[in-house]
Amino acid sequence: MDVFETDIVIVGAGGAGLRAAIAAAEADPALSVTLLSKVYPMRSHTVAAEGGAAGVATAEDSLDNHFNDTVSGGDWLCDQDAVEFFVEQAPKELIRTEHWGCPWSRTIDGKVAVRPFGGMKVERTWYAADKTGFHLLHTLFQTSMKYPSIKRMDEVYTTDLLIEDGRIAGVLAHEIRSGKPMVILARSVIICTGGAGRVFPFTTNGAIKTGDGMAMAFRAGVPLKDMEFVQYHPTGLPGTGILISEAARGEGGILVNKDGYRYLQDYGMGPPDPWPRKKAMELGPRDRLSQAFWQEQQKGRCIDSKWGDVMHLDLRHLGEAKIAERLPFIRDLAKSYVGVDVVNAPIPVRPVIHYTMGGIHTDINAATPVPGLYAAGECACVSINGANRLGSNSLTELLVFGAVAGRNAAAHARGVPIPSRTNALAQADGHRKRVVALLERSKATESVVGLRTALNDTMESGCGIYRTEETLRATVETLATLRQRFANVAIDDKSGIYNTDLTGAIELGNMIEIGECMALSALQRTESRGSHQRLDHPARDDAAFLKHSMAHRVEGEPPRVDYRDVVITRSRPAERVYGGEAK
Amino acid sequence: MTDHKTFTLEVLRYNPESDDVPHVQSFTVPYEEDWVVLDALNWVKDNVDGSLTYRWSCHMAVCGSCGIMVNNEPVLSCKAFLRDYLAGGNTKITVGALKNFPIEKDLVIVMDSFMEKLEAVKPWIIRTSERPVEDGTFTQLPKQLMRFKRHTMCINCLLCYAACPQVGLNPGFIGPAALALAHRYNLDSRDQGKELRKDVTASHDGVWECTFVSACSEVCPKDVEPAGAIQEQKIESSIDWALDHLMPGRKSR
Repeated sequence: MDVFETDIVIVGAGGAGLRAAIAAAEADPALSVTLLSKVYPMRSHTVAAEGGAAGVATAEDSLDNHFNDTVSGGDWLCDQDAVEFFVEQAPKELIRTEHWGCPWSRTIDGKVAVRPFGGMKVERTWYAADKTGFHLLHTLFQTSMKYPSIKRMDEVYTTDLLIEDGRIAGVLAHEIRSGKPMVILARSVIICTGGAGRVFPFTTNGAIKTGDGMAMAFRAGVPLKDMEFVQYHPTGLPGTGILISEAARGEGGILVNKDGYRYLQDYGMGPPDPWPRKKAMELGPRDRLSQAFWQEQQKGRCIDSKWGDVMHLDLRHLGEAKIAERLPFIRDLAKSYVGVDVVNAPIPVRPVIHYTMGGIHTDINAATPVPGLYAAGECACVSINGANRLGSNSLTELLVFGAVAGRNAAAHARGVPIPSRTNALAQADGHRKRVVALLERSKATESVVGLRTALNDTMESGCGIYRTEETLRATVETLATLRQRFANVAIDDKSGIYNTDLTGAIELGNMIEIGECMALSALQRTESRGSHQRLDHPARDDAAFLKHSMAHRVEGEPPRVDYRDVVITRSRPAERVYGGEAK
Repeated sequence: MTDHKTFTLEVLRYNPESDDVPHVQSFTVPYEEDWVVLDALNWVKDNVDGSLTYRWSCHMAVCGSCGIMVNNEPVLSCKAFLRDYLAGGNTKITVGALKNFPIEKDLVIVMDSFMEKLEAVKPWIIRTSERPVEDGTFTQLPKQLMRFKRHTMCINCLLCYAACPQVGLNPGFIGPAALALAHRYNLDSRDQGKELRKDVTASHDGVWECTFVSACSEVCPKDVEPAGAIQEQKIESSIDWALDHLMPGRKSR
């Protein structure tokens, strides 16, 4: 097996990975930074973020406002020390991207423009029309090319972390093009592999978002935190699940049911006038809006379409000029994929799986409990998002904590020796057996697509917008069988060259482990908070559950879930208030 | 058109481990009105042959992974609707890897050369001194942004390289997407690196290789207008050349 040595390995080259690489390169140009990604960096799913990135930008706003919106938006499950740090760093990080060339939309006098977003009291969402993630990703990618110490290895698939004496030692990966395995020894490793939306059948997430890094860390003994908190975005296109940005509502779009009625006023978001009002109606948080859709569905007030139940997102009153300037991508997507010109007709939308609030347990330093192992972006749970992320906090999060991870990984790398080759190779050989078994197993009873469909179906039926003990128990049981059935999965493609059948099977194994953490954490949390709503436990229970769920791996068994206190610094848990009474 | 129940998907396949040359394989695929070519490929991979190999991710025409030839035209397979190809009694769609690139396997191209060209044009803001974060953002008026915004929209899908006759003749040609990106930074009011980029953009593999066929702009799914970007650079380069000759010792901007 090929063995390379480097100071810092970064797994994943989306927004967080690229920001981490730049931070590490700037912290110490003498350190070698190896950036691994299963896709070319510009394919990473950061590219699909649309609406914007939050950071205090005007005199009317304050860091306190951003803090309070984020903490109440997260239903008080956020670690407040992390949120304080996050809101303070946010504007600085966004300014850096401006200096690096990000084409932020501008005001008439040449300042960076900001727009309103859901659950935010004041306009603080920086945007590049409605392709903010795309521009941010390309800006970071292009900027990363100017640092000679960053060495990219594109289309290299990392399968496992290597550990020595309880600290990180490197990774096991294979080059997709040749299938050749490699061990990369490293003093520090940063995981930036994004979320796991593909665990579910209907998602805005691209095919690559299979939670690889979460599963790797989990197998290496790092707990996954708050995995039951999965965000439904209220406005996806039916059929494909393509994201229709919250910016559409930030710019003034409204949601109506089959009677043309702005139904959100019946769910604590009203009154509807005067419009627009921040933190009210269509500018409420995503969890509440997705839940309102489900409630309306129970009452038979959705619109019947060829794709099933939908609501209408109406932008017509914004006018063609504003739509062309602020929401051109939305217009293009709706026209192409549902045949609607938003200038003349409302867009059919429904809630869609969008974001995993939970993830690899990290602290405010982006550090995991394994010395030398860091994580940032959607794969990590710091946690600034708590039980419900506010739109436009995630792009900023990957900048802020990507940079922290890069700097801290560099500092760590300077103080430790390169790990032992013998030890790492022995471990890698053990892990590699799983991959080789997938290539060699010819007669088998299970297929990747069969298990993936079963996984998707059980996640949707058990871990949807509303959950009950009964449905969760069924899902947990199904997932345990899927974990066992996965041992008999076989693939068609036995080739060493660009084997996507093989990567698909490894991704499936990762997703089954993650699904089990989500379902089990949801089953044990017998309360309702943010995106986790239990029909059988409808109230929030701070006495028992003002705590993070921590899912630990147990070999051959379902995960074990225990709890960890939330960090409260200055905001005592209170009722979340939106609509006319919102502060 | 709605009377289609199935159609024939002809795929140009190639696995260098087992094939000397690419060969065509036909699949009978169900027709769905909302499906794009990528959905048909996914159906084949899931239901018929798991070894069928292609790149894809976002399924919303922004990640740039899924560019292929469909009926011999370079397109994003996630935005190529079956219904548009099966109109008028057609029952067959052919797909293959993007032209002008070596094939890695099936529909996957080797794109190393493009990554090198992208890096060669120095696609980042170049300044004589860095602006401190404490000084805040640059002022950039909407009209200054509009000057280059179009050329920021490139998703690196490489359809323009597959369409460009010059890329076919000279694989060293920097090509439409990378030259448009160089122009994008040159036109950015925050940038001071135009002169440095000229080493590559005005070289004999740079803008002068372009014969202005404009095939790149025609196939571009994001209206980046690479052909226009290249022509503007040719004009600037000519003016610089003329001024250098009229005024020896002049330092071009």
